[in-house]
Amino acid sequence: MLIKFFIKPRKGVLDPQGRAVAENLRSLGFDNVKDVKVGKYIEVYVENTDKEKAIEEAKEMAKKAIVNDLIEDYEIQVVE
Amino acid sequence: MRFAVAVYPGSNCDYDTYYVIRDILKKEVEFVDYRETDLSKYDCVIVPGGFSFGDYLRPGAIASHTPLTQALKDFASKGKFVIGICNGFQILTEAHLLPGALLPNNHGKFVCKHQYLKVENNETPFTKNLSKNQIIKLPIAHHDGNYFVDPETLAEMEKNGQIILRYCDENGIVDESTNPNGSIGNIAGVCNKEKNVFGLMPHPERACESILGTADGLLLLTSLIN
Repeated sequence: MLIKFFIKPRKGVLDPQGRAVAENLRSLGFDNVKDVKVGKYIEVYVENTDKEKAIEEAKEMAKKAIVNDLIEDYEIQVVE
Repeated sequence: MRFAVAVYPGSNCDYDTYYVIRDILKKEVEFVDYRETDLSKYDCVIVPGGFSFGDYLRPGAIASHTPLTQALKDFASKGKFVIGICNGFQILTEAHLLPGALLPNNHGKFVCKHQYLKVENNETPFTKNLSKNQIIKLPIAHHDGNYFVDPETLAEMEKNGQIILRYCDENGIVDESTNPNGSIGNIAGVCNKEKNVFGLMPHPERACESILGTADGLLLLTSLIN
């Protein structure tokens, strides 16, 4: 089973990478770019578990290591 | 007073710190490996700068889960002293030994220069050899030094005197123009509520001999001893 973590800077937290990418896109003529957030994508492969347990485990992983909730937001997707 | 200098894979200011304590402060000091859990011999552990575990995940994140960092929690709860410098500061925030987090610098670049700092609170074991509002000069060298904390925690920290150092210019001006990385309130160094855990982005260990351009690091490091 595969757990996908999509991590991005929390709202209100400065994202210099996102800002630089936004400016770059605008300089290329994409005038409608309003904002860009640059985050992280992490894949965790787990064995011998059902989907519900994997979601619980993923939340624990996020809390204990994968995410710093003071500065980051995240979403989980579990793929069988 | 017996010191230990923490060594994680990727620490790179460990020997500078060891040298300053042994050869300049003339105090007993040992390196402690990141797998060590027995800190009973020491009065102060310094978590040095560098790129522990390659800054993977987030700076300090993986180091914060090591046996040594976990043992530091127990060590600190006994009132012993912990100092985190640069990456060490990042490790201590990730381990929740200090509030807040260190974000990438707001300009997106690595910053490496001498920086003036204002002493906000001199009534701590780490700053008692300095006076309030004294201006000192220390080197900074980091990519992720942008101190962030939520407004409620910040207000509490201000009230408790947990803000130790702020970035300023040579005249002590603290504002956006003298902020090298976007830190909230120009914060360069903070301590915990109990005032025995101190984290700072500047490098006092690189500023203990005048040949290096400033020896102001000694003012901080000798505060604990004298």
